[in-house]
Formats: sequence, C-alpha cells, structure tokens
Amino acid sequence: MRGAWLLRLATVGGTVLILELLCRVGIIAGFTMIPPSQMATGLFQLLVSGTLLPDLKTTLSGVAIAVAAAILIGFLTGALLHAVPRLRRTLDPFFASYYAVPVWAFYPLCIVLFGLNDVPKVIIGFLYAVVAMIVNTLNGLDRVPPVLRKLARTHQMSRGATVLLIILPSAAPHIFTGVKLAIAYAFIGVVGSEFILANAGIGYQISFAYNNFDNVILYSLILFIIVFVSAINLFLYSWERAILQRRGGR
Amino acid sequence: MSTIADRLWRRWIGVIDTVLLVGFFILVWQILYEIAGAVALSPPIATIRYAIALLGSADFWPNVFLTFRAFGIALVISIGGGLALGLLLGLNRLLGEAYEPVLVAFYTVPKVAFYPVILLFFGIGVAAEVAFGVIHGVVPVVIFTMNAVATIKPVLLKMSRSLGLSRWQLMTTVVMPAALPEIFTGFRVGFSLTLVGTLLSEMFGSRAGLGYMLMQAIGLNSVRLIMSLTLLIVVFAVIANGLLLLVDKRLHHRA
Repeated sequence: MRGAWLLRLATVGGTVLILELLCRVGIIAGFTMIPPSQMATGLFQLLVSGTLLPDLKTTLSGVAIAVAAAILIGFLTGALLHAVPRLRRTLDPFFASYYAVPVWAFYPLCIVLFGLNDVPKVIIGFLYAVVAMIVNTLNGLDRVPPVLRKLARTHQMSRGATVLLIILPSAAPHIFTGVKLAIAYAFIGVVGSEFILANAGIGYQISFAYNNFDNVILYSLILFIIVFVSAINLFLYSWERAILQRRGGR
Repeated sequence: MSTIADRLWRRWIGVIDTVLLVGFFILVWQILYEIAGAVALSPPIATIRYAIALLGSADFWPNVFLTFRAFGIALVISIGGGLALGLLLGLNRLLGEAYEPVLVAFYTVPKVAFYPVILLFFGIGVAAEVAFGVIHGVVPVVIFTMNAVATIKPVLLKMSRSLGLSRWQLMTTVVMPAALPEIFTGFRVGFSLTLVGTLLSEMFGSRAGLGYMLMQAIGLNSVRLIMSLTLLIVVFAVIANGLLLLVDKRLHHRA
C-alpha cells in the first residue's frame, strides 16, 4: 500500500519538522527539549568519540545473556509443559497474570540478593522475556496440525526425526514470535533496570544525563535507543516475512 | 451423568494442583531463605505477617492513595484515548495501515527512555506519573481495539448500511457489541501496563507512592519492607488481573 507508506512517512517527517520548528522558535524551551537536528548531531558525535562504547557494551551484553537464557529456558520449559498437560493446566493462570505484575518490583530484591552489578538487570530482563517465550512455544506446539503428526507416524519416522523435520518447522512461526518478543522484552527489562538504579549502561547514562541537566546527551541517547530498537525490530520483521514467504506466502 | 462428575473431578484436581503450586512456591522461598540467610531474604511467614502489619500502619495508606490516584487518572485516559484512536484507526483502512507499524514499534521501545522527557515537560509530580502510565497503557488498548474493529464481519457493516443506521447508531449497536470481547482484552492488558508505568515512574522520580516506598526501602536496606511491598503489589496485580480475566473469558465465550 503506497498510500499508507506515504502517510506514515509524512506523519513521522512532519512531527520531526514541527518539533524542530517549535524548538528553534523557542516555544519549547531549550531546557525542555533540543531540536531533533541537534539530537542527531549529538548522537553522531557520541558515537564517533567512542565515549558511549563501554556503556553500550554493558547493556548489549546484558541483553544478549538475558535473551539467550530466555529463549533456551523458555523453549525447553514450553516443550516440557506441552508434554505434561496437568502441569500446564496448573501453570496457565499463572502465565495469564504474569505480565500484570510489575517485574521491576523485584528489582530491589535482586539488588539486595546479588549486589549492584550486572546480575540483577540480567535477571529482570530474563524474567520479563522468558514467559513470552514459554507461552509462544506452547502456542506453536499446540498448532502443529495433527495430520502432520500422523504423516510422521505413517512414514515410521523416529522421534528425533519427527521433532526435527515435522514439529519444529511447523511451530516455527509462533516460536519466532516468542523470540521477537523475548528480544524486545529483555531490552525493556535491562534498560529499565539500568534506569532505576545501576552504575553503567545506556539506561544509566540517560538518567545520569537527566540528573546533570545535560539535554544534548540525554536526547542523543534517547534517539539512539529509538533508532537501535527500531532497527532490530525491522530486521526481525523482514526476516519473519522471508520465513513466511518461503512457506508459501501465508 | 459421568460427564458432570468428570468435570467436577477435574475442577477439584485443578484446585488441588493450584494449592500445590502455591505451596511449592512458598517452600522454595523458605529453602532460599535457609540458604541465603536473613540479610538477603525475609522468610515467607514473617513477610506475610509484616505485609499485614503494613496494611494497618498509618503511613502506608497515603502512599497507596497517591499511587492509585495517578493510576486511576492514567487508566481513564489510556482507555478513553485508546478506544477513540483504536476506533478511528480500525474503521479507516488507510489510517490503520499507515499507523499500525508505528504503534507496534512504539510498543517495543523501552519507554523508560522517555521518562526524562516527560519529567522535563511535566515536572516531578502526579502529572508526570499519569503521563508515564498513559504512554505504557494506551498502546495495547489502541492496537486491540483497532484489530477488533477491523476484523468485524463485513456482512454486519453491510447490513447496518442497508438499514440506514446513523454513524452513532452504527457505533453503539453494531461496532461496539461485535468488537467488545477483543476490546476488553485490550483493556485488561492496558490496565496491567498502566500499573507498571505508574509504579515505574514512582520508582524513578517521585516523592511519594508505593514505587517511592520501594526505592526508599532499598535505601534503608530493609529486606522485609521490600519483600512485603513486592508481595502486596503482586497480590493486587494478580487479583485484579484474575477478575478482569474472568470477565474477559465470559465475553469471549458469549461471542
């Protein structure tokens, strides 16, 4: 849909332009917000100077560990629960209200348990991500058409072959949704934790810049987060499209 | 006959399993306490007792009141605004297609990053807490409403056109009833996220409220207070969500 594309582009572009204008004219004061063009140049300078690198590394490695753990443990838990329906029935209501609980309420507890280092924020990222992975794995396994399982039986496939060649490919789209959510949630969990209380990371730098009234760095970092997360999402989205297209453009 | 007995039996097994699960959680908690010690964890019974004592203390309720005032205002704005936007985007194909990706992208961005911006615009206080609750809660309401309205059976819309319904009649007698179950799911998710947003904003920058109490407890290094507050928040969130889930299921069942 070209029309939708144009409209979207015009809206985003128009918003940026209006913000630029409002900031330049002084309707939005400099201590409230800086013009978007200054955010971009500020971000460029931050990236070139390399001062952001250590924090970027802390945040990204935290997210990476949380995502990896959430995907692995989430998938295995999902597979296990699918195999044990009684356990699953018991845990279902628990999963349904899981995201109603503000996960950061556990952050103070994690800090007390593990100290103010990278562990608490990775745990929060993991906790926030893992249930999305479990639920979507279950979803995917539920939706494997029975006829495919029958097919495996008529071909007398081994258990391993059935899982590898029939069940996993069939459940892949839902599992992929789980992975996508796990990445987004781990990011939110880690950056949010850094923001509340930490001594390094992008989230920490944002709160540090805010406390020091350093609006150029503050807005450059916010722009960075928006661009970075959007880029990851776009990448995953196009990858998902490619997978779906290969399966006959569903 | 046997099916009724079966169902009853299955329900009993469900209740027993849930009790077992809660018991298992408490057991793990107690074992962790035995391992980690009183510096790191507060044991289950003592925590529950302290939480109950907290419910009777004088300085607890003003904080609860402040949190829930901000939460309530944010919830009304999230649901009202989300519903209006969702209906608009759902009924207008072009608008829906243009803005859905933007909304989904916004949903996945860590919104804590916007918190300083909100503070700079609104200053520390209720307004900032409300705004932060809203940016968390409004998106799911919009997305669910939009999808619910966009997937209404075309025959219903066609019928209402042939009956010559006015726009208002169309909304109140066809669109809303048909889309209500899905919209309610959006409300439920919006409720949870608004609560998350409100508490989060209190944890980062405020001078009162439950989130502030939590951060103060870290400062005091009071494990007992942290765990009791966390327990109370979790119990509230789970009960509220459970009730909403019940209504949600009933609506979906009826549809």
